[in-house]
Amino acid sequence: MTRLRFLVLTLLSASVMAVSALAAEPQVLLVIKNHQFAPAELKVPAGQRVKLLVHNQDTTPEEFESHDLNREKVIPAGSTATIFIGPLKPGRYSFVGEFHETSAKGVVIAE
Amino acid sequence: MLGVAIIVFRETLEAALFVGIIAAATRRLHGRSAWLGAGVVLGAAGALILAAAAGHISAWADGVGQDLVNAAILGVALVMLIWHCVWVSNQGAQAAADARALGSAFGRGRRKPWALLVVVALSVLREGAETVLFVAGYASGSDQGSTLAGALVGVAGGTAVGLLLYAGLARVPVRQMFAVTNGLVQLFAASIASQLARALAQAGLFNAWGQTLWDSSGWLRMDSPVGTLAHALAGYEAQPTGLQLAFYALTLLLLLGGTRWVKAQQRAPVGPVS
Repeated sequence: MTRLRFLVLTLLSASVMAVSALAAEPQVLLVIKNHQFAPAELKVPAGQRVKLLVHNQDTTPEEFESHDLNREKVIPAGSTATIFIGPLKPGRYSFVGEFHETSAKGVVIAE
Repeated sequence: MLGVAIIVFRETLEAALFVGIIAAATRRLHGRSAWLGAGVVLGAAGALILAAAAGHISAWADGVGQDLVNAAILGVALVMLIWHCVWVSNQGAQAAADARALGSAFGRGRRKPWALLVVVALSVLREGAETVLFVAGYASGSDQGSTLAGALVGVAGGTAVGLLLYAGLARVPVRQMFAVTNGLVQLFAASIASQLARALAQAGLFNAWGQTLWDSSGWLRMDSPVGTLAHALAGYEAQPTGLQLAFYALTLLLLLGGTRWVKAQQRAPVGPVS
């Protein structure tokens, strides 16, 4: 039992370290407010992985969803979540907030 | 209300379909309603807890906590499904064939498909948590009555499709039942593997083959009714990444290869089975 717990903890901390060790990539901040993304156009460098920080300032959760980027993630109210995207080819990649799809729209521009 | 209903329907669909498949596969198993119900209730209870803790989980591990939790849930579900498909269901099939018995794989067996119980609970847990989070968030804002009504309609819709699949499968002749439900479970497992691949990439743990391979959304959109169904049933992605495709294919290969291997192992000492 203790061995199992040790294994789980080791794996967990190893994965956490793996995440933090690779913190060299560019970071981009995306804010959700009033069920809208700001900025609605997000420029990121093409050809490398980008760390997208999504800060949901609304009092309701939102789901960041992008078929183009192959990503989907629920961002609880008031919290900031990390989504790694790319490396992307140059181009436009649209995303939406699935829970408020009519207002929450944006596009990632890789160049 | 309709918007809420559609989102809740989408979130509910995958779990409902899986429960429908498992319910059909275990139709003849004594007491299966009880353990299937237990799986759903356990999953739903876990979903409430997971949703309540979502804010904390989200902040873990530098903002990728949710992906790690999802990956863990998907990983356990995948291992359970592979184990079940390769070993347990084949033993059942073998027993059924030996006895020249009609009935599904578990029909004759005394063993309970524990692995399936866990996977049912986990799929309700994962989809349920997102639904609870969404509905709770929505209900705190606007018109609560219509939000809850929409949520109920959505859950009812998802459940209805699950029941429809179950009813359809129940009409499949018992002889082919095992092959059909087993095939569906294998596709479900591959779909879980593909979602696992995305969770790992999203968390930044896996960086290889991250580009999407094609875009078939012109042919079948993800948010179309057929696309939604194909995604929930077989893990259809309009724009899959290489990693997702690799996980998907590897799971299918493992399941098919493993099944053959186990069958060959079983056949050897007993002699050929007619």
